[in-house]
Amino acid sequence: MPNTEYYDDKVVRLFLLGAAIWGIIGMSVGVYAAAELMWPAFNFDIPWLTFSRIRPDHTFGVIFAFGGSALMGTCYYVVQRTGHTRLALPRLAEMTFWGWQLICVLAMVTMPLGITQSKEYAEPEWFVDILIAVVWVSFGVVFFATLARRRIRHIYVANWYYGAFIIAVGLLHIVNNIALPISLTKSYPVYSGVVDAMVQWWYGHNAVAFFLTAGFLGMMYYFVPRQAQQPLWSYRFSIVNFWALISVYMWAGSHHLMYTALPDWVQSVGMAFSLILLMPSWGSAANGLLTFNGSWHKLKTDPAAKFMVLSLVFYAAATFEGSMMAIKTVNSLSHYTDWTIAHVHSGSIGWVAMITIGSLYAMAPRALGQPAMYSRKAMELHFWLHITGLLLYVGSMWTAGVTEGVMWRATNADGSLTYSFLDSLIAIKPMYLIRWLGGLFVLSGMVVMAWNLWYTAADARARIIKPIPVPIPEPEPHQVPAPLPAAG
Amino acid sequence: MAYKHFEAIEKHAALLGVLTAVMVSIGGLAEITPLFMEAHAVKAPAHVKPYDPLRLAGRDIYVREGCYLCHSQMIRALRAETERYGHYSVAEESVYDRPFQWGSKRTGPDLARVGGKYSDQWHEVHLMNPRQVVPQSNMPGYPWLAKAKLDASDIQARMRGLRKLGDPYTDADIDSAPAALEGKTEMDALVAYLQGLGIKNEPQVAAGGKPASDGGEP
Repeated sequence: MPNTEYYDDKVVRLFLLGAAIWGIIGMSVGVYAAAELMWPAFNFDIPWLTFSRIRPDHTFGVIFAFGGSALMGTCYYVVQRTGHTRLALPRLAEMTFWGWQLICVLAMVTMPLGITQSKEYAEPEWFVDILIAVVWVSFGVVFFATLARRRIRHIYVANWYYGAFIIAVGLLHIVNNIALPISLTKSYPVYSGVVDAMVQWWYGHNAVAFFLTAGFLGMMYYFVPRQAQQPLWSYRFSIVNFWALISVYMWAGSHHLMYTALPDWVQSVGMAFSLILLMPSWGSAANGLLTFNGSWHKLKTDPAAKFMVLSLVFYAAATFEGSMMAIKTVNSLSHYTDWTIAHVHSGSIGWVAMITIGSLYAMAPRALGQPAMYSRKAMELHFWLHITGLLLYVGSMWTAGVTEGVMWRATNADGSLTYSFLDSLIAIKPMYLIRWLGGLFVLSGMVVMAWNLWYTAADARARIIKPIPVPIPEPEPHQVPAPLPAAG
Repeated sequence: MAYKHFEAIEKHAALLGVLTAVMVSIGGLAEITPLFMEAHAVKAPAHVKPYDPLRLAGRDIYVREGCYLCHSQMIRALRAETERYGHYSVAEESVYDRPFQWGSKRTGPDLARVGGKYSDQWHEVHLMNPRQVVPQSNMPGYPWLAKAKLDASDIQARMRGLRKLGDPYTDADIDSAPAALEGKTEMDALVAYLQGLGIKNEPQVAAGGKPASDGGEP
């Protein structure tokens, strides 16, 4: 059968470039913010350089700019490969790239200027929120339209996760950001007090669930079997985990508000569902890890596989930790401390960043028309820089968090408090130094990756790259409905 | 159940999408809808008025500067917390907070009842350069607040917007707002906001003007 169709990898390459650049920007801001906690004079009394103004830039930069670019790029790559079809609506797909970059630039510029809603991970003001909604819906249209023209009838599980990621993030974003604009730069949310807190953490927790988990699980379910060159350990198990994960996660947001003025029953429900959540989380991690059965020797030779395996180990570790921290008694110690910071970073540097880096190393050569990454040694170096940074970071923040938690609750025999708040800050200051160093290691690894990608992309930069034809599957006998015609 | 029961979902993108949307909606609906109903029951305490113009301007500066990233305003119902910060926070105290400022991290101490604990002058010095009064603090300085005159041009628009959302501002409140900001700096507004925390929004003592507890040293 003649081939008339080619994979649309241009937009994939653009997102790859975006991810590499935003990764460095987002993490640089993080390293700078960490330095300010250690040496507060580093804001030089400049408003937009102050910790409290740039922390949202760090979180937005790594989650939405870096993570978002990687997710959208891999999503476009995966939906084409698993459906044996090119992207539907390629122009709209490219528009989602430029639209998303515009959003990231606008958000990253306005937040340090103090234009913020102060809702964590949803700080950008209403005009950016509207743009996000428009681009997000376009992204969903491209994704589902591409699914609709697939030539493989069965929808591969990676697409389930990408689909849930698109649907849920759209829903969360819109509901959480309903606000009344007062001027271009200021709005007030329609929710106040307790309701706003619940809506915000329903959003905040499920941004973790669907942006930082479901999306990246989509990545995992495609690239792990691909890199291990093994079939998924259990396809059925992945489907069971899918339904469990997406339905249970949405209940767990209230564990961010333990012992607060939120009604007690909501706190308890949140805790119960957070514990149940451990099962689908570990199910997905186990499914990914067991897929490496028969291919464990690849860990000796393939840095991308190393990133993937370690990411799954950290996914299991961080989700276990998350469920434990949702137990009210544990939460009473951990909440408000740097333990939370350790937890999110073992999830983000450990799970999210490593599965992304592993997947980018797996995808980049294929999308860039090369047999392999430019330098395997650089990949090795990146792996060890990343692991060193990760361990320094989470080790120091765990120590700091438990120290704070214990000192804040310590009482003397007569019932009075043993330590002032300042005592706890002085006690953990060395940990802030180690955390900053850890961040520096992770950031330098990202620079190594960008360098490596730049040279891997030599052909793409010279515009001599050949598009990859879509393999058109043989029609199954008696297939109902009849397969789509080969001509796109 | 046999595979045929799932086959339809796994081969039809629209069905898969709809079922996904249903499954992700249940949890949020179950937890948030009752709160909406309950929110109607959580009324502002009798003595508590919505933010006066100066404190409203101060609150918006608190939001703008991102103070919530290091300071919570939510004293949990735990003994060590009430010992340190005062009576635990209750829902009525934040009915006028759009958005809520409970925070999620304490790099610095909780501020829910910081009002009245320090003098205005202490706050001003502390915000200019925290290390002048707390040598080991790692809080950044915010010296630009003292230089910036309050922009009174849109305070009325802000109050009208809040009234649309349900905060009971009267016409007289809104008319007199620009005059209340006359000649004030952003520093004045932020300090006024901080000094009202745990006092002006406090159910029991709103009339008396004293915090519920002195809460000990920060």
